[in-house]
Amino acid sequence: MRHFIALCCCLFGLLSSQAYSAESSTSTSPSANQPPAELAPLMLELTKAKYSKLLPVLKKIEANSDESMLPLFRTMMNGNLYFIKTNKQLVQLIEDANQKTYQGIFSQQLVADLSKRDVSKIKVNNHLRSYLRNAIARIQLTSSSAEVRKNAVRELLSSLDEETVTTLERLYSSETNQTVKTEMGLALAINTARQASLPNSTRIAAIERLSGSLENTARNVLTQLTNQDNPAIKAAAEHALKKITQRVERFGFLNQLFFGLSLGSVLLLASIGLAITFGVMGVINMAHGEMIMLGAYTTYVVQLMMPNYIDYSIWVAIPAAFLVSGIVGVLIERLVIRHLHGRPLETLLATFGISLILQQLVRTIFSPLNRQVSTPSWMSGSWEINPVFSLTLNRLYILAFSLLVFFALVMVLKKTSLGLNVRAVSQNRNMAKAMGVKTNWIDAMTFGLGSGIAGIAGVALSQLTNVGPNLGQDYIINSFMVVVFGGVGNLLGTLVAAFSLGIATKFLEPMTGAVLSTILVLVFIILFIQKRPKGLFPQKGRAAE
Amino acid sequence: MSVITQYFSEGRTSGKHTMPFVIILLAVTAMACLSNLYLPADSALHVSTYSITLLGKYLCYAMLALAVDIIWGYCGILSLGHGAFFALGGYAMGMYLMRQIGDRGAYGNPDLPDFMVFLGWKELPWFWHGMDQFWFAMIMAVLIPGLLAFVFGWLAFRSRVTGVYLSIMTQALTYALLLAFFRNEMGFGGNNGLTDFKDIVGFSLQSDTTRVSLFAITALMLAVVFVISHNILSSRFGKVILAVRDSESRARFIGYRTDRYKIWLFVFSAVIAGIAGALYVPQVGIINPGEFSPINSIEMVIWVAVGGRGTLIGAVIGALLVNYAKTRFTAILPEAWLFALGGLFVLVTLYLPKGIVGLYTQLLEKRRTQSVKESEA
Repeated sequence: MRHFIALCCCLFGLLSSQAYSAESSTSTSPSANQPPAELAPLMLELTKAKYSKLLPVLKKIEANSDESMLPLFRTMMNGNLYFIKTNKQLVQLIEDANQKTYQGIFSQQLVADLSKRDVSKIKVNNHLRSYLRNAIARIQLTSSSAEVRKNAVRELLSSLDEETVTTLERLYSSETNQTVKTEMGLALAINTARQASLPNSTRIAAIERLSGSLENTARNVLTQLTNQDNPAIKAAAEHALKKITQRVERFGFLNQLFFGLSLGSVLLLASIGLAITFGVMGVINMAHGEMIMLGAYTTYVVQLMMPNYIDYSIWVAIPAAFLVSGIVGVLIERLVIRHLHGRPLETLLATFGISLILQQLVRTIFSPLNRQVSTPSWMSGSWEINPVFSLTLNRLYILAFSLLVFFALVMVLKKTSLGLNVRAVSQNRNMAKAMGVKTNWIDAMTFGLGSGIAGIAGVALSQLTNVGPNLGQDYIINSFMVVVFGGVGNLLGTLVAAFSLGIATKFLEPMTGAVLSTILVLVFIILFIQKRPKGLFPQKGRAAE
Repeated sequence: MSVITQYFSEGRTSGKHTMPFVIILLAVTAMACLSNLYLPADSALHVSTYSITLLGKYLCYAMLALAVDIIWGYCGILSLGHGAFFALGGYAMGMYLMRQIGDRGAYGNPDLPDFMVFLGWKELPWFWHGMDQFWFAMIMAVLIPGLLAFVFGWLAFRSRVTGVYLSIMTQALTYALLLAFFRNEMGFGGNNGLTDFKDIVGFSLQSDTTRVSLFAITALMLAVVFVISHNILSSRFGKVILAVRDSESRARFIGYRTDRYKIWLFVFSAVIAGIAGALYVPQVGIINPGEFSPINSIEMVIWVAVGGRGTLIGAVIGALLVNYAKTRFTAILPEAWLFALGGLFVLVTLYLPKGIVGLYTQLLEKRRTQSVKESEA
């Protein structure tokens, strides 16, 4: 039995070591499993040295090391570095949920049967830790991956000490990748700008160089320099800061624009379904928000059913949400709205009643608490364009998705026979009926389509906010505003209205605060409707009453 | 029989029932008050102060329903924002009651209400001045909702915004106010609203006599508003209003400035809602931004729909019934209330378009036709 376990351990160790070497296949060291022979005495010293003597030892290790030493430094920085008392082997503590195991630093193999008493910790303090952090970055500067090198320079920017600068100077000339070289140049410029001993002209040139950067560190250095006595340096730093501020403001503007577009895309998704039902049938569906909510809950349920495939769950959730909300929509139309034909105000009340029932239903089934829907890995994170401007991926995808849905819907209305009938009914119901269009059937289909799109909107919203029974209510009034603003029965109007309202809200926000900007937009629409009661793009001709 | 049908459809049902309604209302009120004040607490006929306050609340709701019915039932304007006028009236009363607390608040500041001291404000905002005078606060309780209704109506009705558009606009109005009143910077107590009231025109709000008096005043006001509304609606003005409801363009072509009629009716309705709000606040002891929430406004509409729109008595009956059901339901089966309310919306619009009063008149008519037929036979 024991042999079997040992075998398993060995196998496991082998597998993991292989995984590791596969990961670091680009590593310059051919054998990542063993420390280079010349470092062995230093390793031994590491276990013996006193607290205060550790730094020189580490410096020696760094001086003749490459990427193979990274695990050692990392483990030590995290305070997980131990050594076995008997043979002085360095091991890493791995804490699982319920047990502690030890693993060889270089071999990556589990050392079996070690108890707490067999090992001793190599302690680190803050000073050592900051040294280690820089050392790791310095070692990474020689990495073969440009991405790693770039991040290493970024890491070093905020703590430029002498050693780092010499390393950077050494590597700068031989660097081949342009991006990394620019970053390194920036780091060196920061250093040069700070050196009071250097002649003014050199420092001013370095400051000029900094004015093109958006890094926080560069800005901090420049701000420090503006407080100095040297007038030439001060003026140059102020000038550079001004240039940077202008660029930051420009990107801030873009950022706001993006958030506005993002809000607009959400509004578009939420209101586009409303626009067709209102446009075709002339009725307001107060339960539209609940169709969105149903879509969001469908996403939640789909994720519950396929917990191991979250990344793909969205592709199941979109059609599922469309179907669930669409079917509920058709049911509402067949059971209630059909009987209230020609009484728009009563329809409004009845659908409101339905929305109350649906909310309470969800509350009873899923509890009134918010439910968390996880974001697929490919949708999380952000796209960093520069240090002050980055786009969150989920918002970007939803923006693209909303446009996709919009154009798909336009195509359905323009190119299919269902679309033709829908447009006919929306323009002149009686005439369409006289021509043989089954208006009842079209009504049900329109309602199903509008509700289904609301369900899809719910899938998108579940990626941005928590899913709760009140999800729909938060969006319904704004969706109405979009439809009314854009003009009924006009999809292009809805598109323009959604994005202009989204952008307007986000641009007002920094000036007035979130709540007041919403109020201002509402008041604006109330006033706008007085001037143009039929919205931005009214239906023309005899179709309009 | 067509005479009777015509009689009913012109909204004169209320005319026939005005006096009986007022008499019944005042008689019940008087009995409830007397039994609360003079019967011992263990008597079977004793009405507890809790019930008195509850009844007072219901009567405020009835008045509110009346306001909604006046414009929806008689003029066809579905307002989904009447809660805003109600809450504004309530806030005016709340501000007065807040000023009456004086230095008895937690911070003991004689001029500033507690929440202002808490926010670190140094002096009273300009719109709080004068609110320590009862008469001034009561003028404001009527004036502010009336003014808002006038401005909104002037903008909306003149540009001929009608139907669902108007409903959505009114909903947006109350939603915007909801958001605004949630802000601390507005100076209305933010999220918590105004509460912890102590007394009204010198009488403690906790005492039984004050509560009974408030209830009696509410009943009296309801009767007054009922009679005034009835008179207005059965006047020449009311006839034009009915014409607007049935065919606005025709009324306009005949030569009536329909927008003016609608504006003034809207203002009148808002004023009634404001009065209801002002009477509501001292009885429940709190006013907060929640009163502005769109769902409240929409609930008022369902009271009217249940009772029967286009009849003043229907609005009152609907408000009393639905709210009584709500009190009972939320006590026994809290989860079921929204199901019941939602179901009520659907069922009433589908099967009871004229409400309970409409059902009653229908049954009455059927019986009469039958008896006429029998006598003919």
